[in-house]
Amino acid sequence: MLSIKNLNVKYDNIRVVHDVSLNIENGELIALIGANGAGKSTILKTLSGLIRPESGHIFFEGKEITKLPSHEIVEKGIIHVPEGRQIFAKMTIEENLKLGAYQQKDKNLIKEKMELAFDLFPILKQRIRQLAGTLSGGEQQMLAIGRALQGNPKLLLLDEPSMGLSPLMTQQVFDVLTKLKDSGITMLLVEQNAYDALEISDRTYILETGRIIMEGKSSKLIEDPKVKEAYLGGD
Amino acid sequence: MMDALTYFLSQFVNGVKLGSVYAMVAIGYSMVYGILRLINFAHGDIMTVGVYTILVLTTAFGMPLWVTVIISVIIAVFVGLSAERFAYRPLRSAGEETTLVSSLAVSIFLQNLLVMIFSPQRKAFLLSEQLTELHSFGTIRLSTMNIITFITVIIVLLILSHMIKNTRIGMAMRACSDNMNAAKLMGINITSVIVTAFIIGSALAALSGLMLAGEYKTIDPLMGFVPGLKAFCAAVLGGIGSLSGAVLGGFVLGIAEMLFAGLMPTEFTAYRDAFVFALLILVLLIRPNGILGTKDGGRS
Ligand SMILES: Nc1ncnc2c1ncn2[C@@H]1O[C@H](COP(=O)(O)OP(=O)(O)OP(=O)(O)O)[C@@H](O)[C@H]1O
Ligand SMILES: [Mg+2]
Repeated sequence: MLSIKNLNVKYDNIRVVHDVSLNIENGELIALIGANGAGKSTILKTLSGLIRPESGHIFFEGKEITKLPSHEIVEKGIIHVPEGRQIFAKMTIEENLKLGAYQQKDKNLIKEKMELAFDLFPILKQRIRQLAGTLSGGEQQMLAIGRALQGNPKLLLLDEPSMGLSPLMTQQVFDVLTKLKDSGITMLLVEQNAYDALEISDRTYILETGRIIMEGKSSKLIEDPKVKEAYLGGD
Repeated sequence: MMDALTYFLSQFVNGVKLGSVYAMVAIGYSMVYGILRLINFAHGDIMTVGVYTILVLTTAFGMPLWVTVIISVIIAVFVGLSAERFAYRPLRSAGEETTLVSSLAVSIFLQNLLVMIFSPQRKAFLLSEQLTELHSFGTIRLSTMNIITFITVIIVLLILSHMIKNTRIGMAMRACSDNMNAAKLMGINITSVIVTAFIIGSALAALSGLMLAGEYKTIDPLMGFVPGLKAFCAAVLGGIGSLSGAVLGGFVLGIAEMLFAGLMPTEFTAYRDAFVFALLILVLLIRPNGILGTKDGGRS
């Protein structure tokens, strides 16, 4: 469904993503893990057209999307839930959700997706007319995911959805991701929370200073001594 | 006593007239600033371009005013969009200071272009007798042009506030000014949002130019710059980025300026511009984000 070929990305003159190749099949939940500054967010931003790669190619459903502007990438069905939520703080929950459906034309589908967000996150319905900036961090994360669903994604890019959340909230968010996977949405999940990411995903890519150093079935990697040592806190 | 009150009232009405011009120009400033964080110094000069367009078309071609207004709006929009396309868009990824300097350059360029074409001399700008005919409302006297101006300003404000609140493009504009990157991720084509802001701003600038020139009765190639600056002050005063703030700031500034000019002893009236800027500083000391501004005024 998505394939990244030999991607290089630099900021000013510093290259932070080196020759990354990555594949995602339809229906898969892929995890991308790595330490702070490894280049995870950079890869997602490149996928959604916020930054341009130095070289390399990105294909989605067989078509090259490397040079498309973000709004055309959204049109193709790739929706990015950015790091740090990035909700529209001065707008209401309802407006945030409507903006998620900005490109949707089908009234019934819009309604259905709005209901879906309310089903997954009932708090959003209770706070519908409240300004998004007044939500707690965890609630904002729910809004960010709910908002992304309004765009009817084929591929969802999630950048550290558990960041800053309590263990309970994190569990809730991961449960939602499992539900979304069951409903057929393909996902690329960026996490620092390596254990949870390996648990929930089909396959995992491990990024170290901009390079993919390991890739494989998550159930295998979770048992791998080197992975345990470096990413799962030893033992 | 009665005379004093009448005088005060007429200065107040003059302030409302001036304020409505500031408000219209301030809206353009505020919209563009809200989305791009760009102080578009050329905005006041677009007003001048509009005025000269009207002058040429009426004097040289004898066109009726309403036709020239439409054409002047079109030309102003064209100039505004060209500035966006060639002076600001290529610099979009550069810093805010860079585009600020670029907008100053566009402003100087437009002023000099107008000087080259029309000479720096002041020119008379006279409206037809129908438009300057005075009507009395109690002690207040307003020209037909004044009345048309008020009605236009009110209609424009109603349409704009409806647009910003309820339409798809209005919501996209608010989203862009709230969080540009997130707006991109929603699939909003930000270039078209920016272009829309420039179209609206430039069109309003052309209309305000006509109002200002009709009031002053003379025009010159630099006439737009200071009112432009004051409109920018109005936008800041009201809370930049907010439409209602721009309107409120425009009226507050216009009324304060006219009351100052009218009520101070004549030796002070030459300082009315200084007064306007001092007022701005004073308000910002008390309310750093303007009268209606929210705490984080900038990009969240
Ligand atoms: N706008 C930028 N300009 C310059 N360098 C940047 C920029 N954004 C990120 N970087 C650098 O690129 C590298 C990768 O950053 P990135 O945000 O992709 O890391 P990450 O893996 O998402 O980290 P984290 O887990 O902390 O979010 C870092 O060294 C960072 O300092
Ligand atoms: Mg990151």
